[in-house]
Amino acid sequence: MSTHDPGPAEGAVELRGIVKRFPGIVANDNVDFSVARGEVHALLGENGAGKTTLMSILSGAYRPDAGTVSVGGRTMSFRSPKQAIEAGIGMVHQHFRLVQPLSVAENVLLGAPSTFRLAGNATEDRVAELAEAYGIRVNPSAKIWQLSVGEQQRVEILKALFREASVLILDEPTAVLTPQEATHLFSIMRRIASEDRAVIFISHKLDEVMAVADRVTVLRAGRGVATLTIGESDKANLARLMVGREVMFRVARSDHDAGAPRLTVKGLIATGDLGLPALRDVTLEVRAGEILGVAGVAGNGQRELTEVIAGLRPAISGTVAIGGRDLSASTPAERISAGLGYVPEDRLGTGLIPSLGCIDNVMLKRTDEFARGFFINKQAAEAATSELVDRFDVKTSSLHSPVSLMSGGNIQKLLLARELSAGPGALVVAQPTAGLDVGATEAIRRLLLEQRDAGVAVLLVSEDLDELLSLCDRIAVMYEGKVMGVVGAAGADREQIGLMMAGTASDPA
Amino acid sequence: MSADLFLTVFVAGVAAGTVFLFAAVGEIITERAGVLNLGLEGMMLVGAVTGFLVNHQFRQLWLGVLAAVVAGGALGLLHALLVVSFRTNQVVTGLTLVIFAGGLSGYAGESVVGVAPPATFEPVAIPLLSAIPVLGRVFFRQNPLVYLSYGLVVATWFWLFKTRPGLNLRSVGESPETADAVGISVTRTRYAAVVAGGGFAGLAGAYLSLAQSPSWVPNMTAGRGWIAIALVIFATWSPVRAVFGAYVFGCVEALGFRLQAVGVDIPSFFVSMLPYLFTIVVLVVISRDTARRRLAAPASLGNAYVREER
Repeated sequence: MSTHDPGPAEGAVELRGIVKRFPGIVANDNVDFSVARGEVHALLGENGAGKTTLMSILSGAYRPDAGTVSVGGRTMSFRSPKQAIEAGIGMVHQHFRLVQPLSVAENVLLGAPSTFRLAGNATEDRVAELAEAYGIRVNPSAKIWQLSVGEQQRVEILKALFREASVLILDEPTAVLTPQEATHLFSIMRRIASEDRAVIFISHKLDEVMAVADRVTVLRAGRGVATLTIGESDKANLARLMVGREVMFRVARSDHDAGAPRLTVKGLIATGDLGLPALRDVTLEVRAGEILGVAGVAGNGQRELTEVIAGLRPAISGTVAIGGRDLSASTPAERISAGLGYVPEDRLGTGLIPSLGCIDNVMLKRTDEFARGFFINKQAAEAATSELVDRFDVKTSSLHSPVSLMSGGNIQKLLLARELSAGPGALVVAQPTAGLDVGATEAIRRLLLEQRDAGVAVLLVSEDLDELLSLCDRIAVMYEGKVMGVVGAAGADREQIGLMMAGTASDPA
Repeated sequence: MSADLFLTVFVAGVAAGTVFLFAAVGEIITERAGVLNLGLEGMMLVGAVTGFLVNHQFRQLWLGVLAAVVAGGALGLLHALLVVSFRTNQVVTGLTLVIFAGGLSGYAGESVVGVAPPATFEPVAIPLLSAIPVLGRVFFRQNPLVYLSYGLVVATWFWLFKTRPGLNLRSVGESPETADAVGISVTRTRYAAVVAGGGFAGLAGAYLSLAQSPSWVPNMTAGRGWIAIALVIFATWSPVRAVFGAYVFGCVEALGFRLQAVGVDIPSFFVSMLPYLFTIVVLVVISRDTARRRLAAPASLGNAYVREER
């Protein structure tokens, strides 16, 4: 039911009948996709719909099992990313392809034709000129690791422009940006499109697609569902195409008053992995029966905060207390028995052990419960696990097979099930729905709200501002290891939160 | 007399440190490309025996050196084949190479154990420079291979940090995905770096058997390859800092023997332990500063690269 027309101008990219299979799944199933010069074309779909796979085929990282790729009217058979670059395809990946210890200019230059000897200053001047031409703000001599995520993204765009890409692909570019940075990015995208180049914008955020794109192609479960102009589409319509059913935009949330402070952190100071300050005097209070959100661009101390609370990262100073009991000097085990549940961002690294099955992973935190003297009571563990798997609707072929074989949504449900089965008084949850499909996301959000209604104090760290706005009672905004302010979620101003994420204090300037 | 003692320790320290320097600079090149080569000790042994044999056969010192470089590079090629193409575990492969090369070099050199070489590298004073007080004697009255090491350090530094191929090599070691995405061949770069590192190790071996202690004895490297690997960490993957480290280790080695020579009563076993004890101390000290080490170490060191992984 593809309804596309050839587009107003010359075709920049034409994908026909693309099929790509991976063991166990068909990531792209006979997809047609075409982009014209001078347009911003959104590629919309849920996580796992096949957007990134399709674009990896266009950018030469994968080879299709069937179908043709043509660029500027010529049929291409890319054997490597290099050939795609030479054909004018530039891709900004979700996980940036940047070399951390090198400078901006060196990264831009990397792999591009140049002289044997590196001409330091001349290169930096060229990069600065190019950045200026597109209104991109970045210092060419800065090292990548010193830059914010938003700045790193701009370096990726510069890399593509430096290679004179005629087609620029941006994979979920706004996931890591503040609302203001996203607006800045959109203006850069429009500017690039206005030069008769094509911009492909991969996203699952409807508002952004409506705001920046000229046309949109919707993918669902590996198939192209429709191609529409923005004029003939609206949010509800796109959402239905994307998910395949009606979608609720807001989760039902009951009103009730929060109780006494349950989880408190005071004056936390801690360093990050590189020994640089990550938390600078963080004080927060989560009350029983509320969800306190932590907003912020990635890398502003959120991960370190959750790790300090869980006892996995030492604090230089400050206190962590649950229910008034000071746990600052306690081991992770003592914190767990004091009623702390922890769902880390890194589900398969810190949360679960990928090569073990459901039973072993559930048992991991409850060994005392399933111990029979020195030995393990396997029957009891199996019974408890199968009860949890049923109750939390975790889909798995076997309780014994490695959890790494399960889908992201089921992994997250199992992890949450284990943490909740201990009946925590306080729950620290980081990025619980990142990378999950709509169904799993809804299930996880519902579970978190149930905990809130049951009187648990929930600290929810998320980079998804919409998620925070729909789930939380209050939102704390972090910037460079400091809490810029705490705002009530009801009637919160996105613009104001965005400014706080970028370092402006909570009082409007 | 004590000032003179120190001067002789420094002179001997530079001479004894050069073997570490060659090996460490090679290992820096290899590790900067993201490949760990623990086979250094073995490659040095093969270099040492090859250099000695060729010199013994043809009475050509420099031909011996060249042959040692080729032999070390050939072992490097084997390592690259295993860890880059077949993606075997880099640690285990390196350890296996040491044992393999230890046996191979012993077998190859069986006929020349204890044989005096027809020619050896002798110190040559460089005009003018050798006249500089103290420094002249320490740095410019050494054998020609020491002078070669000065040149190679500068060349390696320039190559790594001032040229485009050097930038590519460092990028491959930090983030092979990035390098691949912009069209740099990860496989080719890593092969070249591992072969070059092997060549340097072979050169280090030739230095040992043709200049430092001209002879062939099985396992004559006596753990120097392992010290060179520790030295790479100590030098935080910089060829220039490796110079300093290599001479410090060289001086520690030289100091023990000089102390014995002037009649200080320490057991010879303790003397030969000194460099290794020092290595442990150095590793403990630099491991305290984890942040600096994490920033300096090539981010993908020890990891095989697979493109279409999912």
